[in-house]
Amino acid sequence: MRAFTYERPTRLDDALALLAAHGPEARLLAGGTDLIIRLRDGSIRPRVVVDLKRIAELDADIREADGGLRIGARAVMTDIAADARIVRDYEALAEAAAVVGSIQIRNRATLAGNICNASPAADTAPSLLVYGARVIVAGVAGTRAVPLDEVFVRSGVTTLAADEIVTAIELPRPAKPGRSVHVRRTRRRGHDLASVTLTCAVDTDGLTRLAYGSLGPRPLLVADDTGLLADPAAPDAAKAERLETLFAAAAPSPRSMRASPDYRLAMLHVLGLRAVGTAIDRLTGGSAR
Amino acid sequence: MTADMGAGVRIDVTVNGRARSLEVRPHHTLLDVLRDDLGLTGTKECCLVGECGACTVLVDGVSVDSCLVLAAEADGTAVLTVEGLATGDRLGRLQETFLETGAAQCGFCIPGQLMAAHALLATNPRPTRADVEEGLAGNLCRCGGYEQIIEAVLAAAERTEAAS
Repeated sequence: MRAFTYERPTRLDDALALLAAHGPEARLLAGGTDLIIRLRDGSIRPRVVVDLKRIAELDADIREADGGLRIGARAVMTDIAADARIVRDYEALAEAAAVVGSIQIRNRATLAGNICNASPAADTAPSLLVYGARVIVAGVAGTRAVPLDEVFVRSGVTTLAADEIVTAIELPRPAKPGRSVHVRRTRRRGHDLASVTLTCAVDTDGLTRLAYGSLGPRPLLVADDTGLLADPAAPDAAKAERLETLFAAAAPSPRSMRASPDYRLAMLHVLGLRAVGTAIDRLTGGSAR
Repeated sequence: MTADMGAGVRIDVTVNGRARSLEVRPHHTLLDVLRDDLGLTGTKECCLVGECGACTVLVDGVSVDSCLVLAAEADGTAVLTVEGLATGDRLGRLQETFLETGAAQCGFCIPGQLMAAHALLATNPRPTRADVEEGLAGNLCRCGGYEQIIEAVLAAAERTEAAS
């Protein structure tokens, strides 16, 4: 690993000042499970690494706010998977956080870091998109809230500025009661990156939201407000046809080693239909099908 | 404000119960410092991307891949390595059951397996087989000794229960 200067500010303002002073030569360190790999392989070569873990304003708390939840920037996957309120009200996020990496990775990896790293295969991204998550970002000019759907651009690239720091992720209270599920396809059981990662949420108004990743440069959110997908009595063939339309933007990379584009697209449709069924079963207590 | 590039960082860390004050390089990982500065070579360096678990240690009781933690980040923490599982010449219970079931073949992954298992049993003293499989999913064994490793962890849990 190339040498760098290690900074460990204790105030958010000091961290923002370091970013302002060093520009692209500075990198932020939270859990490090992505950053340290890239420092070691030389794909990034910052002069300054700013450790965020002692900043008073950045916490690992998950707390209720405006009827929803606010997840602090230092909360790790283990915290999120185990939080009773997330398990109850945002179950697909708990399910996704529980399959990120291994236990060792989940004990370090932060949700905020998963967003900032902007991997197309990030397992938490589809659930956060489905729940309409907002990213709270601090900069020298102040704090702003950005809908997550406006953050992702492509692998490793977001719309957040280089001198901004994510301080929290907010999950709004769902407009209608509903149920959701996260599913994914990997090459092997245990620790692996997803070839398809997908979340489906169905609510009592008949709205179905699906988000999927690992099928193009960024995770994508789609919705069906016709009530067809959420209808327990609608035939699978009709739902499959609807999914075909909804998934039209899927464009898996032919260069990825994990799975061929054809396989990913085929599995996207299989998992999509399966996830719709599971979300409906959860919503109706399994009685409707 | 910014110190010299690559300048040393002073850290205070408790390793296997012993308080240490060390000067570390910012770009050295906890794994580097454990092995090269402290001579604790039980912790293994292998994939260096957080996939194999051979470098697993506990930081404040939580299992981590020490290849993905900077030594500077460990300042103020308590680190437990495989060397800390034994008491003097007496092996820990997990180490004993690993030996008895033949869980250690080439042995390279075993320190990481032991630490992951130690973390699992600390939070879940009576794990099911599925709990053990999940608890060790971040630790690869190239000899394919998974059955014996799982058996060893379950045996250690049973023995702990019987002794208490």
